Amino acid sequence: MALDAVLAVLVVGVAVWTVAARDTFAAVVGFVAFGLLVALIWVRLAAPDVALTEAALGSGLTGGLLLGASTRLGRTEAEATGELPGGLLQFAAATVSVLVSAGLIALVLLLPEPAPTLAPKVAANIAATGLQNPVTAVLMAYRAIDTLLEVMVLLLALVGMWSLAPDHLWGGAPGRREPADPDGVLTFVAQVLLPVGILVAIHIFWVGSVAPGGEFQGATIFAAMWILATMAGLANTPPVMRRSLRLLLIAGPAVFFAIGLAGFAIAGAFLAYPADYAKLLILIIEIPLTLSIATTLALLVAGPPEQEPQR
Amino acid sequence: MSIAILYGLCSAVLVGLGLFALITHPQPLRKILAFNLIGSGVFLLFGVVAHNGAAAGFGGDPVPQALVITGLVVAFASTALAVALLLRLFQETGRATLQSDD
Repeated sequence: MALDAVLAVLVVGVAVWTVAARDTFAAVVGFVAFGLLVALIWVRLAAPDVALTEAALGSGLTGGLLLGASTRLGRTEAEATGELPGGLLQFAAATVSVLVSAGLIALVLLLPEPAPTLAPKVAANIAATGLQNPVTAVLMAYRAIDTLLEVMVLLLALVGMWSLAPDHLWGGAPGRREPADPDGVLTFVAQVLLPVGILVAIHIFWVGSVAPGGEFQGATIFAAMWILATMAGLANTPPVMRRSLRLLLIAGPAVFFAIGLAGFAIAGAFLAYPADYAKLLILIIEIPLTLSIATTLALLVAGPPEQEPQR
Repeated sequence: MSIAILYGLCSAVLVGLGLFALITHPQPLRKILAFNLIGSGVFLLFGVVAHNGAAAGFGGDPVPQALVITGLVVAFASTALAVALLLRLFQETGRATLQSDD
């Protein structure tokens, strides 16, 4: 309990810092620390799957993305502080925010006892999926439609991002080409970390059926390793026109959707699995899905095409 | 005070802080940051509800937990798109501001 109180105070303190810091770069650094502390809260709330996702995606990839953006914007960020809104607007904003917080606090204090829960239903049916991690079972079986739509959202976000490319760069590789420095520290770190990171990613993905982990956490680590390789200049991002890249991006959602449709024939409903093959089918979906998610996440961090296409 | 209530209060404060920052910060990047703070608060609220729903030998209700994982991924996708829009605006105009020119 004492640990929880300290953690709660720390999280709120770091959140205040990210809001109040004058320098945007400092605020983003605060946000990364904030994400890691929130991951600890998830552990305390008995949600290790969410903790892994928060640490890798919420703190890691989002942090990297925002750090990159804040360095690119650089000077303009400091200039914009002159545009702070007037006292009246600040007061109104503070009032609204306090009211919203107060409403949420009232909700938290008035939560129903005993709480409504779907846990017994998940426990009663988990044997039919062949999985042992209830969160993976929810993601891949009971609420598979959410997961399917979610990977579609990821693809749509990527399409939206690519469409921001200026005409003359369309078809080129995303992001800037980082020069390779064979004697650099970053190159060394990348070379040492890459094989280990890839093994960790495969492990996190594989244990997802029985223990905390799964395709999103594994995919995020894959994506992070690939981003590290491009940052160190060990690899360049692939041109967005490349057919194999496009195939990799849609393989996961396509297999997922196809097996979902096949559910009509073999199990009587969309995205339903016959009990005997449930785990096998889930695995057949998860492997291409993990690769597709990893590619999409990495390309979302890389940004729209910025390199001249080779014609 | 149970840890559910403690973290529930924490998440309520995070949503309020994020909302305040979203309205008052003039820089778009700070607004994106604030949007993520609000998101974290909302997700934690889900976590508190999941924690209260612990039953059947699970430490929490796995359904809201799975929803939060979905939410985190979607929040990342929208953040990435927002950052890309902002950088494109900066590329076009040399400024990164939401103020109109007049």
